[in-house]
This record gives sequence, C-alpha cells and structure tokens, in this order.
Amino acid sequence: MSAITDIPDAPRAARRPQTGNPVLRWLRKNLFSSIPNGILTVVLLALLAKGIFSFLQWGVANAVWLTPTNDSSACRAVRGVGACWAIVPEKYRFILFGTYPFDEQWRPALSVALFIALYYLSTRRALWRRELAYLWIGALALISVLMWGGVFGLSFVSQDRWGGLPVTLILATFGLAFGFPLGILVALGRRSKLPAIRSLSVLYVELIRGVPLVSLLFMASVMFPLFMPAGFNIDKLLRAQIAIILFAGAYLAEVIRGGLQAVPRGQYEAADALGLSYWRKHRLIILPQAIRHVIPPLVNTFIAFFKDTSLVLIIGIFDLLTTAKTAIIDPAWQQFSVEVYIFVAAIYFVFCFAMSRYSRSLEAPTTPK
Amino acid sequence: MTADHPRPPPRRRLFALGRNELKGLFWQVLVVGIAVAVIAFLWSNTVTNLSARRITTGFAFLGREAGMPIADSLLAYNPGDTYFWAFVVGVANTLRVAVIGIVLATILGTLIGISRLSTNWLLSRLAAVYVETLRDIPLLLQLLFWYVLMQALPAARAAWRPIEGVFLSNRGLILPAIPFGPSQLAVLGTAVLGCAVFYLIRRWLIAQQMRDGKPRPAWPFALGLIVVVPAAVSLVLGVSWTIEWPQLRGFNFVGGLTLAPEYFALLIALVTYTSAFIAEIVRSGIQSVPRGQWDAANALGLRRSFMLRQIILPQALRVIVPPMTSQYLNLTKNSSLAVAIGYQDVVSIANTTLNQTGQAIEAIALIMAVFLTISLSISFFMNWYNARIALVER
Repeated sequence: MSAITDIPDAPRAARRPQTGNPVLRWLRKNLFSSIPNGILTVVLLALLAKGIFSFLQWGVANAVWLTPTNDSSACRAVRGVGACWAIVPEKYRFILFGTYPFDEQWRPALSVALFIALYYLSTRRALWRRELAYLWIGALALISVLMWGGVFGLSFVSQDRWGGLPVTLILATFGLAFGFPLGILVALGRRSKLPAIRSLSVLYVELIRGVPLVSLLFMASVMFPLFMPAGFNIDKLLRAQIAIILFAGAYLAEVIRGGLQAVPRGQYEAADALGLSYWRKHRLIILPQAIRHVIPPLVNTFIAFFKDTSLVLIIGIFDLLTTAKTAIIDPAWQQFSVEVYIFVAAIYFVFCFAMSRYSRSLEAPTTPK
Repeated sequence: MTADHPRPPPRRRLFALGRNELKGLFWQVLVVGIAVAVIAFLWSNTVTNLSARRITTGFAFLGREAGMPIADSLLAYNPGDTYFWAFVVGVANTLRVAVIGIVLATILGTLIGISRLSTNWLLSRLAAVYVETLRDIPLLLQLLFWYVLMQALPAARAAWRPIEGVFLSNRGLILPAIPFGPSQLAVLGTAVLGCAVFYLIRRWLIAQQMRDGKPRPAWPFALGLIVVVPAAVSLVLGVSWTIEWPQLRGFNFVGGLTLAPEYFALLIALVTYTSAFIAEIVRSGIQSVPRGQWDAANALGLRRSFMLRQIILPQALRVIVPPMTSQYLNLTKNSSLAVAIGYQDVVSIANTTLNQTGQAIEAIALIMAVFLTISLSISFFMNWYNARIALVER
C-alpha cells in the first residue's frame, strides 16, 4: 500500500526547485513520487487499460445497437463477445412504465418530469419557504390525477397497471413526505420527559431498525390482510407504501434526534422564557435549527431509502427493478439481462449521484453571510 | 436575605399535581390509549381472521415435518426434518454469509479507504470511482447482476481455472479444502487457546514494561503458544493435513469446498457494497486525526509502522468504530435479500414456512427474534470494543 497523504512532506517539497514543465511536475508529484509509487502507477495503468479495452470491445465495438422489432437473432450472434444494447430500445417503454396502457404512457412520463422538477426546486435554498409546501401538495395532487385519470377526459388507470420508474418515485417520495413528519414526532417523543411516550417511541424505533426491510414488506403483503376486518382490503401498492413509510419514519427519527441534541440548551430555555407552548417552541425555535444541523445526513438517508424502495421486488410490486427483471423473462431476450441491469443501474445512479453531490455541496463550508 | 422570617412550608396535598404535570399525564394517557386501542383492534381482527381460516396460533407447527428442500446448507438437513430444524439451518446460513461478509468487507473497505488517501493520484481516483459507483446503485440490483453473471459462467466441464485447483463455473466457486474432523478441530482449538493465553501474557509483559521501562519481546511466547504447541499436538495425535483437491468427474466436481453460485453471488454483492461504505468511514476516521499528531510522531523519529499502530490508529478507531457498527448491522440485515436469488437464509425459509403452513405471525415473529438477537449481539460486542478503545480522560 502506498503512502498516506497526510504525512507531511512539505519541507522536502519546498526544497525541490519548482521548475520545468508543469505537466511533468504534476506527473512526478502525483504519480511517480517514489519508486514503489511509480511501479504501482504502471501496474494500475496496465490493468485499467486492459479493463477499459475489453469493456469497449464488448460494449461498443462488438455491440448490437438496433435490431428489427422483436428479433434478437443479431444479438444472439454476438452473444458472449458483444453487448446487446438493442434490448434497451426494444424494451424501454416496458422497463420505464410497466404495463401502463401504451397510448397513455405520456401521463407517467409527465409525472416523472414533475417529480424531477419538484426535487430540483426543493434543492434551491432560496425557495425554502412555506410556498414550497403548497407547491408540493399541488404537484402531488396533479401527479395523482395524471396517474389515475378518470377526470378531465383522462381514462381511468387502476394502480395495479402502474409500473416502472413512476412507481419507484412514488414509493420514495410519498415514503419521505409521510415518513418525515412521522420521524419528527417520534424524535420528539424519544426526547420527551413523559415516560410512556418516550418508551413507546424507543420501542417503535428499535423494533423497526432491528429487522430487515424485507421482513416488514413480507408483513405488509402477508399479514396486513389478517390485521384488517374481514372483507376490508387495500391495494398491494398502498400496503407496501405503508411499510416503507413506517420504515422511513424510524430511520429519519434517529437522524432528527441527532439534530435536536445539537441545539444548545439556551435555545430551549429562551423559548421557555418567552412563554411559548411546547408545539410553538419546537415549530418556531427548535426544529428549524435542528433540521438545519442534519441536512447532510438527511440527504444520505434519502439516498439509502431511494435505493431501498427496490426491495419491493421481493413482494412482486412493479417498480423499476421489477419491470427490468420482468422484461428479460421474454425467451428471445433472456440472455441479455446484463445489458438491462446496466441500463437500470444507470437510472438509479443518476438519481443517487445527483443527491450525493447535492449533499456534499451542503457539507462544504458555506461563506458566512 | 429573609433568613429571620422563613416562609411557612407550603401545605402538602396528596395529589399535588401542577398544571404541567396534569397536561403531561393527559398526553400520555391519550397516546397510550390510542396505541392500545389500535393494537387491540388489529389483534381482534387477526383472531377473527385466523379462526375464519382455521389456522391455530402458536408454535406447535415447529415440530411438524418441514418437507422443504434446502439446497445449500452448513448443517446437515433433509426434507424429513422438522420446521424447527429448518429454521436453525436458515439461521446458520444467515450467519455464514453475515460473519464471512463482515470480515471480508472490513478488509476490503479498509484497503480502499486507505487507497483513497494515497498520494498516488491514480490509485485514489480509482478508489473514489469504486466507492461512488457501488454506493449509488441499489444492493438488490447489484445482487441480481452478480447472480446473472454467475449463471452465465461456463459449465463445469469448461470451468475457468484462475489458479491451479480453483474452479469457477456455473456450479459456483470450487476451492481446494482440508477435510475437517474432530482431531483437526482439537489442533485448531489449541491454537485458539494459545492466542488467548498469549493475549494475557502480552498484557502482563506490557504492565512490566510500564513499571521498569525495559522492553520485553513478546514474539517468543507467540511462536511457542500459537505455532509450536499446536504443531506438537498435531504430531502427537498424528493429524493429517492433506489438502483435498477438487476433481472434475462427469458433469460435476468431487472433493474440495464448493461455494454455491447463490451463496457466492450474495457474498460478493454484500462485501463489495458494504466495503464502499466502510471505505468512507475509514477515510474520514484517518482524516480526523489532527495533522499535529503526524508531525509529532515524525518529530520523535518513530518508525512508520509503529507510528501508524500506536499513534494514528488508536485515535482514528474512536471515530471509526461507532459508524462501523451500523454498517455491520446493515450487512447482516441486507443478507435477507438472499430471498431474491434463492439462497435459503432464515428469511427465505420463514417465507416458505409461511406459504406452506399459513403461520404468518409466528414466522414473522421468528424472523424478528433472530434479527433482533443478532443486532443486539453485534451492538453489545461493538459497544464493549468501543468502550475499550475510548479516550480515557485524566
């Protein structure tokens, strides 16, 4: 293993004359600072070149990009030596929107666009105002109208025909939209002076965090009907959504609790001195500061949670991953699942990477106002 | 002060509750009341539904014959065994993937975390790309991806042989192995005991050195207790340590250690995914050690390995251990994704049981009990370790 950056080598670097070609100087400093480092660089370069070369050979040079509809013979001819990207144009409508009626698929597409616009607006610090909440409510209502239809001349589409990316975004967004207030309540409960409320909150958080999400989803899909009065049943998607909300609530509660602990005591005392009630104190003084403290870990929880929505595959809900897995059941295309998984991985990556970049930009020291 | 005229003590009443206490009591009664009402409602529905479906509650079904096949198990199992034994086999399978996964993920994650801090630009960039890519793709997707790759491997006859004696095919990974019996276990046990005794001796030696300042070498004890004594036991018992090389017979392999494709895919997915998170924890832990500590150690002229071991690592570990605990817990919980590729861990077996018997509540209660036990054990161990390495303020 090579040396660690933190070892100060400043004095030596200062003595070395800073002359010569800047490119060479950079290479020397960063890649060939010592003999072992030079050897490491060469070995890594060789491995990297080999990896990139074979990937390009498979993914570009020998790849099949387009085939006539529902004809995978060209792909099967290059199987093993080249990628079959043709499966993506062949199946992308199904992967992205599932079994939503084909002619109506502009509706889920528009919903996805609305979701993305909503996420983008929510990242703007300048827009963190009350109006943003109204915007969210309005946009979510609009998305419901688009997805279900049945009004304004849109045909009704039942939610068991929904699928693909909109379902992933719905599960994640509604999970957060409801899980977040739940998390705040539970975090407050866990710090409450009232023993009954505190122990209930602790029990909830520890029980949910102690078991895997898979078992909660099983519970939602198998046990929920048992819990409800006979004849009363709710949709599978909604049951999974409830499980995800409960799951998100417990994890977010722990993050928010960290924020509450970071608010100085004096703030509580000042709020008490003003004679504010418990709720007004938290709403106006404590929570705004607490949440501001934990925005980066909150975004990280959102990322983890966005990825975790893919677990609904196990109980057979058609999210993005399930539609991808279903798309390759088709016998003609069965052998090209790697390409489909790479395509879907790229979609997930774009969302998560954007969020993690955003979280990092928040963590970077901000210039004082 | 008004010490001369003390105020009369306030009259004590039996139920002296102030306004705030009353309010607190009201909220608690309300919340607990709602919780109890909801649970009672769900419970009564469940009882009605279960009796309508003629399912008897209770764990009596555990004694019945399971009849489910378990393809890949650590413990001996056949479909004629009871549900209880099937559960135990499932727990063993979960632990098999979790324990080995935790060890491998820690090693890989530490290497990558250190690589990210390397002065070699290429190495640190590659490590960063590794971390970013793996962190931003759902684990389940990675798992399915690895499993598809496993299935696309050549058949046993055309297996890849990266190293002599190691075969990689669609039957999984086949490694040479040493057959383990009670006598081999005895030798291994001696070595473990030797490690424990050596640990105590080393502590005593360090205590001695603290008293008089004379360094005492510990390695002769290590050599004796961990190598010589077990070797002597092995010679006396005449234990054979011949390596069993896997052989291709017909369409499958004979001998050696076989990691089934499901297990191998799950292990790779869990290890690579978790290692990306561990790498970040290790990196931030090392970076959290103030620069002055490096400078001071350098100024004392300490050897590099000594400096890392005695100065940097103990300080970095304080930052590393708490988040590491939650990564270990995550890995263990994530092992339940095995159900998606058909590796029979405890969740998968509970799910089959649930489908066969309809004992939903009991099956889910068992899953929860198993995971809560594992989580609490890991937490306890890591909290103990954390307390041991915590900063002792004077």
